[in-house]
Amino acid sequence: MAFLKLEHVSHLYFTTKTYTKALDDISLSINRGEFVSILGSSGCGKSTLLSIIAGILKQTKGKVLLNNKPLQQSEHALGYMLQQDYLFPWKTIIDNVLIGLKVRKMLSEDTKNKALKLLDEVGLPQLEDTYPNELSGGMRQRVALVRTLMTNPEILLLDEPFSALDYQTKLKLENLVYRLLKQYRKTAILVTHDIGEAISLSDRIILMDTNPGRISTIVDVPDVLREKMPFLVRRQPSYQQLFDQIWEVLNRGSDENGRGGT
Amino acid sequence: MEEEARDLKLFKTYQKNLSRERKWTIIWQLIIFISFFALWEISSRFYWIDPLLFSSPSHIVTLLIEKFKDGSMVVHAQVTLFETILGFILGTIIGILIAACLWLLPRLANILDPYLVILNAMPKVALGPIIIVALGPGYTSIIAMGAIVSVIITTIVIYTGFKEVDPNYLKVLQSFRATRWICFKEAIFPATLPVMISTLKVNVGLAWVGVIVGEFLVSKEGLGYLIVYGFQVFDFTLVMASLILIAIFAAVMYKIVEKLEKKLIKND
Repeated sequence: MAFLKLEHVSHLYFTTKTYTKALDDISLSINRGEFVSILGSSGCGKSTLLSIIAGILKQTKGKVLLNNKPLQQSEHALGYMLQQDYLFPWKTIIDNVLIGLKVRKMLSEDTKNKALKLLDEVGLPQLEDTYPNELSGGMRQRVALVRTLMTNPEILLLDEPFSALDYQTKLKLENLVYRLLKQYRKTAILVTHDIGEAISLSDRIILMDTNPGRISTIVDVPDVLREKMPFLVRRQPSYQQLFDQIWEVLNRGSDENGRGGT
Repeated sequence: MEEEARDLKLFKTYQKNLSRERKWTIIWQLIIFISFFALWEISSRFYWIDPLLFSSPSHIVTLLIEKFKDGSMVVHAQVTLFETILGFILGTIIGILIAACLWLLPRLANILDPYLVILNAMPKVALGPIIIVALGPGYTSIIAMGAIVSVIITTIVIYTGFKEVDPNYLKVLQSFRATRWICFKEAIFPATLPVMISTLKVNVGLAWVGVIVGEFLVSKEGLGYLIVYGFQVFDFTLVMASLILIAIFAAVMYKIVEKLEKKLIKND
């Protein structure tokens, strides 16, 4: 049964002079524990889609159901990770990590211990009293990951969380995220424009068209690739095959758009 | 070992250069200070300038000593300082509160926008007579003057600061279903602290303007009153002495705000 369900979701952005259609008739269902990537070039509305699922933006048309209930009424926590860590520079690491629980009024000695344990698990022990500006980019994004996990979200929304990092850090972090998500059996939606990242992490990849944002193709990642850690996936022969297939679809889309534009 | 000794020597030279530079700066500052007052004193003694109009440092110092001894200057200084500090604090706090209300209620901000623009453009000291009539000729009016000069510009600057906070910080909080108030408390307010401190620095100066003009208009005590009184009885030594006191107090207040800044903003 679908855990998250989008039914004919459309979204318009209005300005005083004009309006643009960011999303057009998106229908999608995601199962519990699934890792889904949304892949598309910039301007295909993928971040808009994520904001709608996060409940930060209200769609202009259509329904979003979480566990068969409208999103706004759902009790489930959502975790949202952005392109940059957006740690609060005036808060210590531990206060940054606990901010979600503070907002939801769920702070306790227990949760603090859990946070310390989780920080330890992502390789940041004994740093809880430092400030974010003392950490490197990769470390900060790991803190952001812990912050997201602390509210025990049912769904993790990842908005290109690795794009601002250098390649090595990015690969390491991909592995860490993958391991943690499988370990805690989380559902995750990753927005990215990096085909390799999408293949190595996901169970399913949704390819999107630009202008307006529409689902063009849904690609199931073969089992051989799904079971491997992200770093190892990239070495599989079928990885290259799938990469080429997706590349083809994305290019076809952009060519058509190019012709339409002239 | 040798390498290390050479590096250490380079470092020592760097330090020496730095402290020499600092020494030169101070020496020049002293030269300007002393030559200004010396020139003033000499030109007054030799009647290059009219000593009746421009007084002289020695006269001013004598007057200050005399007035501090009989306690009258202490009273005047206390009154003005009290009014200025209170006006400054009130103006700043009310400005921040209004800015917070505007951010928390965007519709209110839209409605009030043109009024803020007009109030900001209007010279606040022109309101002086009305304030005095409304609040009575006393401390209250003068404190209100000190506050009113800074309150609108504080509101505008800080509200702009609130709006310029990176919206992604709010996105993080909203994904935890934070209310607008919590967003304000956890992100907007702390992120704008540096802006608030720089507003404090501007407001120190503005509060003095408001209070001195207020005292010009109405008071029986205070440094502004002394300036007007000195002007009326043609005692320009008194005017200059009051001016110098005001300059000293304003500088001290500014330094205190600077200390506060260093204390509050430590994680940058």
